[in-house]
Amino acid sequence: MTETSPEPVPRSVLSDPTRFLQEKFTDAVRLDEREGYSGLIVDSDRLVEVAQSLRDDLGFTLLADASYVDYLEDGFFEMVYHVSSPHRVGPPMVFKAQTPRDEAALPSLIPVWPGADFQEREAWDLMGIRFEGHPDLRRIFMWEGFDGHPLRKDWREPYYEEEQKPFGSRWPEGHAGRAKDRIPYGMNVQYPGGFTLDGWRTEGEESLYEALDTPLTQEPGIHRIKTDELVVNLGPQHPSTHGVFRMVVTLDGETITRLKPVFGYLHRNHEKIGERNTYLQNMPYTDRLDYFNSMSNNLAYAITVEKMLGQEVSERAELIRVLMAELSRIQNHYAAIGFLLNDLGAFFTPVLYALKERELILDLFEAASGSRMMCNYMRFGGCAYDLPSQVGGPAIRPGDRERVLDTMTFIEDIVYERLPRATDEIDHLLSENEVLLTRLKGVGVLPPERAIAHSITGPVLRASGVPYDLRRMDPYSIYNELDFKVIIRENGDAYDRYLIRLDEVRESLRILEQVIPRLQATEGQDFWLGKRTYTIRVPQGEHYGHAENPKGELGFYLVSDGSANPYRYHVRAPSFINLSALEEMCVGHTVADIVVVLGSIDIVLGEVDR
Amino acid sequence: MYGLGILRGLGITLRHFVETYVEDIRAGLKHYGADEVFSMRQGAQAKGLFTVEYPEEKIAVPERFRYIPFLVVNDEDHPDAPGEPWCTSCGICAKVCPPQCIWIVRGSDPETGRPVPQPEAFTIDIDICMNCGYCAEYCPFDAIKMDHDYEIASYDRTTAHLYNFDKLARPLSYWQRIAPTRAEAERLEREAKEAAKAARAKGKQQGLDIVR
Repeated sequence: MTETSPEPVPRSVLSDPTRFLQEKFTDAVRLDEREGYSGLIVDSDRLVEVAQSLRDDLGFTLLADASYVDYLEDGFFEMVYHVSSPHRVGPPMVFKAQTPRDEAALPSLIPVWPGADFQEREAWDLMGIRFEGHPDLRRIFMWEGFDGHPLRKDWREPYYEEEQKPFGSRWPEGHAGRAKDRIPYGMNVQYPGGFTLDGWRTEGEESLYEALDTPLTQEPGIHRIKTDELVVNLGPQHPSTHGVFRMVVTLDGETITRLKPVFGYLHRNHEKIGERNTYLQNMPYTDRLDYFNSMSNNLAYAITVEKMLGQEVSERAELIRVLMAELSRIQNHYAAIGFLLNDLGAFFTPVLYALKERELILDLFEAASGSRMMCNYMRFGGCAYDLPSQVGGPAIRPGDRERVLDTMTFIEDIVYERLPRATDEIDHLLSENEVLLTRLKGVGVLPPERAIAHSITGPVLRASGVPYDLRRMDPYSIYNELDFKVIIRENGDAYDRYLIRLDEVRESLRILEQVIPRLQATEGQDFWLGKRTYTIRVPQGEHYGHAENPKGELGFYLVSDGSANPYRYHVRAPSFINLSALEEMCVGHTVADIVVVLGSIDIVLGEVDR
Repeated sequence: MYGLGILRGLGITLRHFVETYVEDIRAGLKHYGADEVFSMRQGAQAKGLFTVEYPEEKIAVPERFRYIPFLVVNDEDHPDAPGEPWCTSCGICAKVCPPQCIWIVRGSDPETGRPVPQPEAFTIDIDICMNCGYCAEYCPFDAIKMDHDYEIASYDRTTAHLYNFDKLARPLSYWQRIAPTRAEAERLEREAKEAAKAARAKGKQQGLDIVR
């Protein structure tokens, strides 16, 4: 070896990324020393450089979350980046960049992490931070004529009531009336000054089509015949888009050359609502994010707030939580497989077989929490109730049929017998089916390095061969006491994403087999530690909590100013960010493959649009 | 051989088809309408067809099931105060409610004007109620509970969806009927609380006696 290699960085420094960055960029980074805060504050003009070093020197290849906070009193916006590494166990690394409120601009981090794309567009749309160098900085959730940036602290909606709940205006001498009457039709929109709808042209729409005109660097498909380019709008109201989701596709013949997803049809500004709510009031709202997995959403939110509160959780509560979260994963994966097959044209046989099993799991959710889908089951310090003694209830109304099913027997029945059998059955029904193989194999291939670059998490990332599972990488609840494997698949195509869901169902069943005996052993113990109170005050500070949801990493970034309502409530929605690789996965395939790729990502619009 | 996977899949659908009829025979051809076979074919061991023929038959909802809240009032045969609401208009439910759909007007004595622990008006906008159950969970007087009646379709949403006190009030016996074990547990808890309070008061009295 004649070449001189660069001075190797000692391991001890690499294991302490904060110190490494402080030494390397002495004048550009400083520790965040506000009370309750952590991480580094980076000078905005050297942000890209530091980000590059984080990725290349320290191996933080996955941008987990890009959040944004409006510090109105201090006069600046703050971007908060959480980066993690598929090879590093532990909490993510935090760094921040600040920019003045009146001229909010930061360099775009897309060159370092392409997964920043949608998250930066979101920050531009909702907070009004301009990202220099972003190739397609358009509004992402709001419509193009929208006035202002709604997550700014000084922005008010046209039917503004009060800053924080509980609203004093509704109690005690409230004016009883329908809430809908307070927001009359046509009055719930505010337009920029001098705006008229006559002659207004949707600039965003035009720039969307312009953005499609620029070709991708990637060589699309094989062209034997010269064909016209065609722009096709898929959705927003199309059954295969799993909700109100729209994709604008440029086609060369039948081959996709560009694809742009359009979001926001189900946008309700979950985060603004969350900042008006108290910490406890947010819990039922998290149900409505990924409405298939309200149990997992509850868990992720609960562990985030518990961390800030320093709240302990009893063993039984942890066991119940894991039971619910894993059952939720199982039913989500069943539904994902079923609906994927629906998209393929296998109308309703697979999906109904899958939903049949799901119904039994929902029966348990209903008995335990009171609702099948909007569970609202977890509280800070435990669960709302212990497991019920019975699944089912007394017959009241005419036609009611009573079911007498002991809960523990029911859980044992479904975990030990029913679900393993059903999983095998779905496996036998579908995995070897030649039509399915032809449609799924080699479609929407996502190589591991691209998956990481696009911030993909969850089964989609693991199907590309990256063993990244937060239950192992940053263990929460009691997952470090449980024995399970992080399943990976190598090819990263739609077929592997289908198979990995079956694998994960089996692993979840393995977890449940360990949980059930412990549940029986802890019968009658506390399921809620701490005081059952509705006035929860969280100490000042920030925290990013995340959990491995069935669809990927669900993160909550909370900033507390010590009051009863969160100062900032940001949701890192897995299926939203997983969509950033959609274009790359679809290009070169045909229109019919889009629905396959979309189905294999498994999105829920409640979470994508928030 | 090409097509083997498809054939195997078809075999599974065929089995499902046959299993439905086998289950029927196992249930003594009483697949629909018979109570005793309901647990069996809606349980974890059920095979074949799984559907419930709504509205002829309905699955009885579990005790914790939550729909629109209702207010507990005394039964009509209550010896002292028939029909009296348990609500003290403390307002915790209105404060804890995430969509803020509860309006309360605190009651006051018409002569003295001093507040009385009774609501003068109690209104719930069920259009925006999200059925989270917090009001029932955090009510310290067991005065508000979640109803199980989910068939509340109406012809006019502009007037029918604003529930006032009369529409919200349900006798205690109704709660005891829809959630027997929970109502019983709450009764015991209330009695224990009363007993503790009485004991405390007695202790205080005794303490005073000793001081005297």
